Amino acid sequence: MTDWTKLRADFPILNQQVHGKPLVYFDNAATSQKPRFVIDALVHYYERDNANVHRGIHELSNRSTNAFEAARARTAKFLNARSADEIIWTRGTTEAINLVAATWGAKHLKAGDVILLTEVEHHSNLVPWQMLAQKTGAKIAYIPVTGDEGTLDLSKLDSLLTSQVKLLSMVHISNSMGTINPVAELCAKARKLGIVTLVDGAQSAGHLPVDLQAIGCDFFAFSGHKICGPTGIGALYGRTEILETMPPYQGGGEMILTVGYDKTEFKPAPHRFEAGTPDISGPIGLHAAMDYLDAVGREKIWQHDQELANYACEKLSALKNIRIFGPKQNRAGLVSFLLKDVHAHDVVTLADQGGVALRGGHHCTQPLMHKLGVESTARASFYFYNTKAEVDVFVDVIKEIQKFFAQ
Amino acid sequence: MFDDINDLYQQVILDHCKQPRNFHELPQCSCSAQGFNPLCGDNLKLFLTLDGDVIKDAGFTGSGCCISKASASLLTDNVKGKTKAEAEQMFERVRDLVTTGKTTGDVGKLAVFAGVYKYPARVKCAILAWHALIGALRGEAAPVSTENEKT
Ligand SMILES: Cc1ncc(COP(=O)(O)O)c(C=O)c1O
Repeated sequence: MTDWTKLRADFPILNQQVHGKPLVYFDNAATSQKPRFVIDALVHYYERDNANVHRGIHELSNRSTNAFEAARARTAKFLNARSADEIIWTRGTTEAINLVAATWGAKHLKAGDVILLTEVEHHSNLVPWQMLAQKTGAKIAYIPVTGDEGTLDLSKLDSLLTSQVKLLSMVHISNSMGTINPVAELCAKARKLGIVTLVDGAQSAGHLPVDLQAIGCDFFAFSGHKICGPTGIGALYGRTEILETMPPYQGGGEMILTVGYDKTEFKPAPHRFEAGTPDISGPIGLHAAMDYLDAVGREKIWQHDQELANYACEKLSALKNIRIFGPKQNRAGLVSFLLKDVHAHDVVTLADQGGVALRGGHHCTQPLMHKLGVESTARASFYFYNTKAEVDVFVDVIKEIQKFFAQ
Repeated sequence: MFDDINDLYQQVILDHCKQPRNFHELPQCSCSAQGFNPLCGDNLKLFLTLDGDVIKDAGFTGSGCCISKASASLLTDNVKGKTKAEAEQMFERVRDLVTTGKTTGDVGKLAVFAGVYKYPARVKCAILAWHALIGALRGEAAPVSTENEKT
């Protein structure tokens, strides 16, 4: 049995009071907290090993280069990629998707092509494609969402998968609904038709075991800060065969083999896509985070996430005047909801007074909110250091909020 | 549980948010403007009827959080009978009030917003309707967004 309370003690930040109440941190879908182990790895790097990578031949540079590349290999293993060369460092999910749009998209998309997305996408998997569509004349189509449950209506899929579709890009776990999309099934379908696939793993990596070879996508993007790693680091996975067809992202140092005044030869992937001095401490912190998560066990984390979400849903469903979003079954570790006649921002401000950190707003999914006919929702999102007792506190606070506005 | 928060959600604010005053369109209005707060999705439309330089009537529609609705409601009550210049002056007072907790001159009932500055995330909610007011008075066609403003 995992001792979750003991794990919780690994996170110094959780041990504090907010507005005089013990902190209940339920904004994990926005960003996760960091265990001492990760913080220590960062401190160790800056106190012992800091030097630029791939440039020096002195001891410190060797150490930092080794640690930097070891983190890449660790990430490949974490996601079950075939090789470390399939992992490109980015600032996070957003930059990873933008990289694909700017390189693969600019090279392979033309007027009349179709980019297929879903209606539940985060802005970071919408806006880069809209920008690319504007530039290339490609069009965007959407797999529809069923409604408040946030699941995809796959009955329309076959008619959407026309011969014009060149890319299918979709979120693995929806950050505003908590739905889990059947990405392996969709990628298999797309692959048969020669459609390139991208999976936005911002909410799945680090929450459940991710096996890229089982999913079968061409690209996968995630953010380190959402899985106990530092901010500013994330990665793009790209299948080698595809990365080889892609032009560089940015130009500069690190990404070249030889440079002349009129001609430059680029390195192969992944370095071709990483110009300039990279974030070095980021991958090192992320490496520690992945080790930490695997020591806990991602199967167990996933189970715990889901248990908390189901428990929270059950308790919230017992309240009156509440609208709960997301699937009835098989829900990831978050719950979006709305109280009747109380705006989500008022819910969040009051919950904060009770020590409970929630998120209120459109969760960077404005078109989805629009489609569901709401402006915003309040969201509680969980991670393995959260407890059922915290869910109890949260639900009590929600009851108090209902009372407050019913006065 | 929420004792500390009464400085934000004052009784008057709760009252105006639950029963907003002048919560309707003015079909014969002289000018109107939309206020949009992209972060929260607050979306208000403000209508003014002018008689020369004087605001004869004011109304609003839309949706938003408690603070933004109450602010719009109190605004419509407040600006009726004021000249354009007086309304602009009131905007400045309210802006100072919600960003610093202090202001010069009398703001009447709007003093209930004195606690907003302690909740930085909510300042935009309180000021949204006032930006729409200025937009309407100055005849700005584009919706007023709190994201383009310092407050
Ligand atoms: C589903 C999803 N995609 C993409 C992102 C963007 O991640 P980042 O801001 O770390 O680039 C997020 C985070 O908010 C997300 O939840």
